[in-house]
Amino acid sequence: MGYKSIVLVKQVPDTANISGQVMKEDGTVNRSLLPAIFNHEDRVALEMALQIQDNHGGNVSVITMGPPRASDVLRECLFMGADDAYLISDRKFAGADTLATSYVLSEAIKKIGSFDFIFAGRQAIDGDTAQVGPQTAEKLGIPQITYAQEIVSINNNKVLIKKKIEGGYEILESPLPVLVTVLKDAVFPRPYKAKRVMAYKNAKTLMELEKLTEDNSLLYIDQLKYEYMSKHLYINTITMDDLKLDVERCGVAGSPTKVHKIESVVLTGNKHEHIEPNKIGIGTLIDKLMEDHIFG
Amino acid sequence: MPNFFTDNSDLLYQFNRLDLDEIVRLTEDNFNQAKDFNYAPINYEDALENYKNILEVVGDIAGNFIAPRAASVDDDGASFSEGKVKYAKGTKESLDLLSKAELMGMILPREYGGLNFPTTIYMMAVEIISRADASLMNIFGLQDIGKTIAQFANEELKSEYLPHFASGNYTGAMALTEPDAGSDLQAVKLTAYQDENGKWFLRGVKRFITNGNGEALLVLARTEAGTKDARGLSMLVCYGDETVKVRRIEHKLGIHGSPTCELQFNDTPAQLVGERRFGLLKYVLYLMNRARVGIGAQSLGISQAAYEEALKYAKAREQFGKPISQLSVVTNILVDMRVTLEANRSLFYQTCQWLDRKEKYDEQLDKLKAEKKSLSEINDKLKEATKVVTFLTPLTKYLLSESANKITYDALQIHGGTGYMKEFSVERLFRDARITNIYEGTSQMQIVAASGGAINDVLCEYLDEWEKKEYKGNLSHLLSHLQNIRQIFYDCLKYLKDKKDKSFQDIAAKDIVEIYGSLYIGYLLLQEANSDNRKIFTARRFILDAVAKAMKNQETIKSELYSDVLHADTILV
Repeated sequence: MGYKSIVLVKQVPDTANISGQVMKEDGTVNRSLLPAIFNHEDRVALEMALQIQDNHGGNVSVITMGPPRASDVLRECLFMGADDAYLISDRKFAGADTLATSYVLSEAIKKIGSFDFIFAGRQAIDGDTAQVGPQTAEKLGIPQITYAQEIVSINNNKVLIKKKIEGGYEILESPLPVLVTVLKDAVFPRPYKAKRVMAYKNAKTLMELEKLTEDNSLLYIDQLKYEYMSKHLYINTITMDDLKLDVERCGVAGSPTKVHKIESVVLTGNKHEHIEPNKIGIGTLIDKLMEDHIFG
Repeated sequence: MPNFFTDNSDLLYQFNRLDLDEIVRLTEDNFNQAKDFNYAPINYEDALENYKNILEVVGDIAGNFIAPRAASVDDDGASFSEGKVKYAKGTKESLDLLSKAELMGMILPREYGGLNFPTTIYMMAVEIISRADASLMNIFGLQDIGKTIAQFANEELKSEYLPHFASGNYTGAMALTEPDAGSDLQAVKLTAYQDENGKWFLRGVKRFITNGNGEALLVLARTEAGTKDARGLSMLVCYGDETVKVRRIEHKLGIHGSPTCELQFNDTPAQLVGERRFGLLKYVLYLMNRARVGIGAQSLGISQAAYEEALKYAKAREQFGKPISQLSVVTNILVDMRVTLEANRSLFYQTCQWLDRKEKYDEQLDKLKAEKKSLSEINDKLKEATKVVTFLTPLTKYLLSESANKITYDALQIHGGTGYMKEFSVERLFRDARITNIYEGTSQMQIVAASGGAINDVLCEYLDEWEKKEYKGNLSHLLSHLQNIRQIFYDCLKYLKDKKDKSFQDIAAKDIVEIYGSLYIGYLLLQEANSDNRKIFTARRFILDAVAKAMKNQETIKSELYSDVLHADTILV
């Protein structure tokens, strides 16, 4: 038997390592100077899917929507153990906000076929919206469980999931298929497997194969694609033409989110107040903190 | 997100200089394995890319997973209760992760689940792991045990044990040392006997067995009753089952994560590896030589970690209004540490490549023999590689382990009083380093092993060749220094030969080996400097220092300083 899982992953700029040059004068981030990395929570989501495969069988597909170079994270998914990978990429998808992204993702998932689980990280470190997972579930018309910490059990096409809530947790039951977004410490992602790193290091997307043909006139794209497919080194590539999409709902056109203003907030202290280290002093300090809504 | 491979510029430098073409071709059987395994390389470039990718995985795990656990592993240590050995939590977690990453069978053949890497690449991984946690190396670095089985055991044993080593299910131990057989392994007493069906059993005690709690044990045992020397010893493999009792584990100065066990074998069922009577003469020699190279990697990893700690601290610590790294006496110590480190690494990866060559030629010889083909060419190559590696292995173990002690000592010194406290990792590195020049053969044993090669001038051809080469700019000046060292070497050698005093020669072997070793390393660095400007500094400091040391050693020998050992009874009151 076994379960089929689809994992939504994203390549993000490494915002944890922002140095001086990366911040522009206007307070925005120069992405080209930041290394692109695998969004950590998505790696956790993949691990959850792989653990279901370890325990129950089935298979795991990963999908990313992004520019051609996002294929890096797909290869990393293959290194960890994903069975196959899909890159959804087209210039017409560029500039998509969460609404347009979830629209394209949901249509791509319909094309890929049936599934039992969709896993995604809670949110990506570049936008921090936590919206793409839930919106995708809405568009597919399936239930969703967010902030998952643990899969408690899977039985008779039902899953029990422990979900984090403020001050504690709750355990929810859902029928399958279901979309689950996971927290960063839900499970510890497995390392890349040495043999898979060597086997899949040359896995390529359609765009990457096209690049090879540009550099060598003796290569033909169809032939090359067939060759890579037969060696299980082809990363499935989905473009606008492969999906029946409403152009108005894709990319910038389909994105109502507009960035109004970006502000670089720098917190600085400008005065200090001496408080005596005694009972009265501490009382005064607590009162002030309550006033500022830091306490209470 | 430190990656202990990609952040180490000198290791990358040595990786890029590797000359593995022939080794890889032999290891990969002319790339025929690519037909059967999708992860086998299709050509040399592909193999190098694989090695680099995998070392990056190792570097990532070492930097981000293992290193952050090293302090707690040192604190917790391996523990022993109710007859069972338990790894420290961090040790267990790291081993699990390395197993999941498929890194526990790097040098085993692919048909048993291994990666079939050359030893040189595996040693780079061992260096990287040792830098993160020296004690973990004692378990990760035991892959040579599987390799020994792969090399000498029959097919049945290989299929029985190797897949478990490769998956990380089994860890191993090499059970050689006994209470009365340490450096002198010929004295091993543990008995192996056969029942009426020819089955082997082990009975006796082994001591100081690293990871003696392992699932599979390679045991050196006396199979020939009544014998007293090496020719009565054989190699057997057994499971660490209930008949193998761990009597205690040692409380040690360092490498706390590595359990050192005393084992009692109570009629333990065992199987013979290879042929009887060749236990010490062939199989242990093979295993020990590899293990010695492994300790070289461990020493290098510890030294790298200590250097990094010292540099970081010296840049951050301010005294007299500036960072202490800018005080010239401190700068000088740091330069010394760095140059030693780079010189050692250069020597180390040469030794590894010679070891790879020797072993591959050995395998090739067996293959050609079976095919009844001409052996003369491979015989010559094997002879040469054996000669070189027989000298370089003990030399490397000696120099690198002594350096690890010196570098961690200096690193602690740079930290001042703070370094003596437990807060900084340099204190742990200092303790961990101390075993490297003791186990797998003490420095004194390494000198004995290397002295033959030095006395016979085994590197003569290479030195001649390098002497004749053209060197750019001021490097010709360094060349003349090296020529000078060579003359000093021959002068000392002649003095010792003329003197014909065995005990004097034994003591002076250290001086001779050091001069000859520095000559070889000096030339390696000169080649590097000839193609890389930064390395001119490394070569210069190393060679000028080597001249001074050679002159000192020469003076020590010729002044008859050692003659007073004849009067030891009077001196040692």
